[in-house]
Amino acid sequence: MSLSRQDVAKVASLARLALSADDLDRMTGELQKIVGLVSQLAEVDTSSVAPLAHPLDAENVFRADEPQPSLTTAEALQSAPRHDGECFLVPAVLGESGAA
Amino acid sequence: MQPLDLSAVDLVAAVRQGDVSAVQCTEAFLKRIEQVDGRVNAFLKVDREGALARAAAIDARRKAGGPLGPLAGLPVAVKDVLCTADMPTTCASRMLENFLPPYDAEVVRRLRAADAVIVGKTNMDEFAMGGSNENSAFATVHNPWDLTRAPGGSSGGSAACVAADMAPVAIGSDTGGSIRQPAALCGITGLKPTYGTVSRRGLIAFASSLDQIGPMARSAADCALVMETIAGHDAGDSTSLPHAVPRYTELLEQPLTGLRIGRVAAHFAEGLDPEVARGVEEAFAAFKAAGATIHEVELPHAKYGIPTYYLIAPCEASSNLARYDGAHYGHRAEPGKGHRAEPGKGHRAEPGTTFDSPLAEMYCRSRAEGFGPEVKRRIMLGTYALSAGYYDAYYAKALRVRRLIRQDYLDAFQQVDLIGGPTSATAAFALGEKSNDPLAMYLVDMYTVTANLAGIGGISFPCGFTKAGLPIGFQLQGPALAEPLLLRAADRYQRLTDWHLRRPKLPA
Repeated sequence: MSLSRQDVAKVASLARLALSADDLDRMTGELQKIVGLVSQLAEVDTSSVAPLAHPLDAENVFRADEPQPSLTTAEALQSAPRHDGECFLVPAVLGESGAA
Repeated sequence: MQPLDLSAVDLVAAVRQGDVSAVQCTEAFLKRIEQVDGRVNAFLKVDREGALARAAAIDARRKAGGPLGPLAGLPVAVKDVLCTADMPTTCASRMLENFLPPYDAEVVRRLRAADAVIVGKTNMDEFAMGGSNENSAFATVHNPWDLTRAPGGSSGGSAACVAADMAPVAIGSDTGGSIRQPAALCGITGLKPTYGTVSRRGLIAFASSLDQIGPMARSAADCALVMETIAGHDAGDSTSLPHAVPRYTELLEQPLTGLRIGRVAAHFAEGLDPEVARGVEEAFAAFKAAGATIHEVELPHAKYGIPTYYLIAPCEASSNLARYDGAHYGHRAEPGKGHRAEPGKGHRAEPGTTFDSPLAEMYCRSRAEGFGPEVKRRIMLGTYALSAGYYDAYYAKALRVRRLIRQDYLDAFQQVDLIGGPTSATAAFALGEKSNDPLAMYLVDMYTVTANLAGIGGISFPCGFTKAGLPIGFQLQGPALAEPLLLRAADRYQRLTDWHLRRPKLPA
C-alpha cells in the first residue's frame, strides 16, 4: 500500500499541521519507509486473536461523586498564550482564513 | 566525606546520622554540575536556589529533632517530562518552552514529601520520542564515557547526569526503552517498572498504555530505595495498581537460590555487536556461578515488537499530542509570522493550502512551529494509521499482535523466573550516526519495546565494557510485579561484580 504526497497532505490537515512544500516532500518519503516497516505485521495470522489495547486487565475505575479541589482560574490560565483573566483568547472561530 | 562517592543508600544514611548535612551534599552535586555539565548538557534547568533552600530546611528540621523523610537530603534529577510547579516543564520542546505547570507530578510530590532535594530537570528527546537524545529542541546530550557519542534516549539527560556524578539518582520515563537503553549506553542501572506501579499523573503523556516512570541510579540497591518512595497507588491515575508497595530494599536480602533465568537464542542473531554479545554471555555465566540456572526460552513474536510499537505508540501519541493547540498553553504562532517567513530556511509554502478558519490556521501553524521533525513524523504516522480505511489494517492489527507478544511472555514465565539478554544491540553510537535515518533509530529499541507492549518490568545494568571503553548493558525482564526479584537479581550481580562502580573520566 503506497502513500502518495496527496495522502500525506490530507493526513497533515487531519493532524492540524501546516507543512511546507519541502516538509511534505520529505515526510512522504519517510512515511513510505515507516509504513513499509510496520506493514510486516500483515504476515502474522491474527484471525483468532482479540486486540489488546492495554497491558492490564483493567476495569473502569470510579470514585465517589464528591467535590474536590481543582485549579483556580488564575492557575488554569497561567501558561495561556493569551487570556483576559477569565477566558482563553483565540482567533476567530468562524470565517475563512487566507491562503498560505 | 565526599558525597559524590557515596551511593544513594549511604548518602541518605550519612545525612540521617549527621555525618554530612543536606546542604553540603546538595552543594557537592551542584558544584559538579557547574564543572562538567557545560560538556554534557544533561540538564535543561538547574534549580540552585530552590535546592539549597530545601536542603537548609531539611538540616534545620533535623537539628530541631523533627521527623525526616526516607530520602532526606538526597539530590534527585527529574526528567523534564514530569510536571514541576516551581520549574518550567518543557519536554525538550519549543512547544512547551514557556510552560509552567500548575501542579507537581505525583512522583515529584512523593519525592518532595520524602525530603528528596530536586536539583533540576534533565534533557531528553522531544516528548520522549527518540533513542539518542538528539531530538531535544534545546541541546544535544553527550555521553560522559565519550563526549562524541550519544547517551541514548529518550531519558539521555537522566542517564548522563548519573553517569557523570551530577546526581546520585535521576527519574526517567520509559515508553519503549527510554530508561533501559540510555542506562545501558551510559553504564548505569535503570528500572522500568510494571505498568501501573508508578503513578503517571503529571507525566506529560506520549503513549499512555506504554508510558511508565522509573528510577535511574548507579546500582539496583539505589533504585530499590527510590522505588519505595515513588511506587504505590494514586487515585489520580486510573491505571495505577492498587497493590501495596513492597519493601524493595529489605527484599534484596532474600537469597537467590534456584533462580531460573531464560535466554532467548534470537537475541543473539544477526545485528548484535559481538562485544556486546560477549559481555552478555559473561553475565549469564556470572549468574550461573552464583547459583542460577539458565534455560533456553522462545519469544516467537518478539521480532514483531518494533513494527507493533511503531503503530501503537504513534497512534496514541497523535491523540495525546492533539492537546497542543496554541490556546490553553504552549507555543502559539503569531498571525502573519508563519514558518514560511523564517529566514534562511528555504521554506516554500505548499501552494493552495487554505484553512477552515483563523482558529484552524492558528492551530496548524502553532503545531508546525512548536513540534520538531520526529514528533511531527509520529503524529503523522499515528493520524494516518487511525484514519478511515486504515484503522483495521494498522492499529487494530497491531493490538492483536500485541496480545501475541504478551502471551509469549506469559508462556515463557511458566518455565523461568526472569529473562536475560542484551539491553541494546550496540554500545553507545556516535552522535549524528543515526539522526538522519528514522528507521535505523527505531531499531535501537528492539530488545526493550516488548516489555512495554506486555506491560511487564525490566531492568538494565552494566555487565562489562567494549575495547573502546564503552559500557555494555544487561537486561532482565520479569513477569508483572516482579520488581522485587528484578532488583534482587541485579543487586546480587552487583555484589559480585564492580562494573557499576566504574566511572567515566570526566575531570572537573
